[in-house]
Amino acid sequence: MGEFSPNSHAVVVRGLRRQYGERVVIDGLDLAIGTGEFVALLGESGCGKTTLLRALAGLDEADDGTIESTGEIAVVFQEHRLMAWLPLWENVALGMNTATGRVLAQNALGEVGLAGRENDWPLNLSGGQAQRVALARALVREPGLLLLDEPFAALDALTRIKMHVLIRELVARHHPGVLLVTHDVDEAIAIADRILVMRSGKIAISLDVARETEAGRGPLRARLLHELGVDVPDAAHV
Amino acid sequence: MKTTGTLAAGAFNDLAEAEAPSAPQGTAAARKSRHPAPCTRNKVLGERAFFLISWLVPITVVAAWEFLSRLGYIAPQILSAPSVVARTTWELAQDGDLFIHLGASLLRALAGFILGSALGFSLGVLVGFSRLAEAVLDRSLQMVRAIPFLALLPLVIIWFGVDEGGRIFLVTLAVVFPIYINTMLGIRQVDPKLLEVAKVTGLSVWGKISRIILPGAMPSILTGVRYALGTACMALVIAELIAADKGIGFLVMDAREFLKTDVIVLTLIIYAAFGALGDSLARWLERRLLAWHPNYAKGKR
Repeated sequence: MGEFSPNSHAVVVRGLRRQYGERVVIDGLDLAIGTGEFVALLGESGCGKTTLLRALAGLDEADDGTIESTGEIAVVFQEHRLMAWLPLWENVALGMNTATGRVLAQNALGEVGLAGRENDWPLNLSGGQAQRVALARALVREPGLLLLDEPFAALDALTRIKMHVLIRELVARHHPGVLLVTHDVDEAIAIADRILVMRSGKIAISLDVARETEAGRGPLRARLLHELGVDVPDAAHV
Repeated sequence: MKTTGTLAAGAFNDLAEAEAPSAPQGTAAARKSRHPAPCTRNKVLGERAFFLISWLVPITVVAAWEFLSRLGYIAPQILSAPSVVARTTWELAQDGDLFIHLGASLLRALAGFILGSALGFSLGVLVGFSRLAEAVLDRSLQMVRAIPFLALLPLVIIWFGVDEGGRIFLVTLAVVFPIYINTMLGIRQVDPKLLEVAKVTGLSVWGKISRIILPGAMPSILTGVRYALGTACMALVIAELIAADKGIGFLVMDAREFLKTDVIVLTLIIYAAFGALGDSLARWLERRLLAWHPNYAKGKR
């Protein structure tokens, strides 16, 4: 994996360990995400994906191991987690200097397609719009590492596809390292550069999406599903 | 064909709506609704018509009361006619007596309400934020709360005599507990998921309190304010009946001595006005502080 270098790495994790009582959830995990690299993390429910994300976000303490990262870390959760009582721009600028925060928040809202809505209230938004504000709140701080915890899981199918396009654009422009935790194999293939599968508290497999899909997405999809314990009989034709 | 298409699209929207994240996002968001008021819009009768209808019933009742009094079916010593009450009001207003009594009562209510809500809010914030403060204070406060505050009347008279202090003390006591409990609960019920956002966005401790916890607790705090306005009004009536030398309560006691039912009816109207005043105060606060909530915002939004 090599040494952590602030120029090329968004985050480097070594020997991360996390246990709840007797149960070891993360067991000596190593992981490196490059600057501007979009990594998707798959795994069966309860395999420790979210635990890893929370440890990276600083929301949970690690029991052992090191995490080195460049710049700020921003998180988008499954729920938008907007403060209903703050106008959109204040939600986006949360924790920032008010004077500069307002302008930056307006720009960020424009980037996610909500220009001119900065004084609106969160309860007037649809689910997809609220999630875009959450995205603006994460990107406005120009994070070195962007953590996405199943942020599209609760959206309807069409909105989800629009969000995939949007997030790719935004990551290309802002260039953070991204870790996307998801259940959705197709989503991972559609937006990630690299796909990880987590098992028994470690990264079991790491696959480069461009290389694996040279002959189409079918084989990669079938393989990932197989790794996740789902065997589709005619997966090759999907 | 067109109808089928619209129906299908509608069904799809409903599905999407059902799948949209409606997980608890603080107390108020959980109540989010696309149709805030369960009102039906009537096409024949406009807003104006409903407004007029709503006034029709009380006006009819008062007219009937006046009519029956004039016909002699209601004796003046049982209940004075509305016109007599109006005349008495005018006379009392002219010699200024009415305003002296009104001012005295308002002052008591205001002093008690301000003291009580300041105390209740401070205690609520303290206990809401600190487990230690909860351990020290909450049980004792709940024990005192269990005493019906009117049962304290004899002690209050012994402590304060029949002085102004005792009356303000009673109103204060009536206000403290509703404000305390709702402030404390409001703070405790702020969604921990929102506090995680504070952590990942690097919000300061003061930022966390002023941007997340207090505004998140505000709907609950205002429920407390609304409730406290009711209990304060009740405490005021009782407090004023203890040998006051001025105030609305004095007017009532004096009027009872001389069977002046016109004055008694007037004081009832004044107490009702106090209630209405308190209600509009609560509404004003809600509109200002809960402007973000579709149910409280002015107009449609």
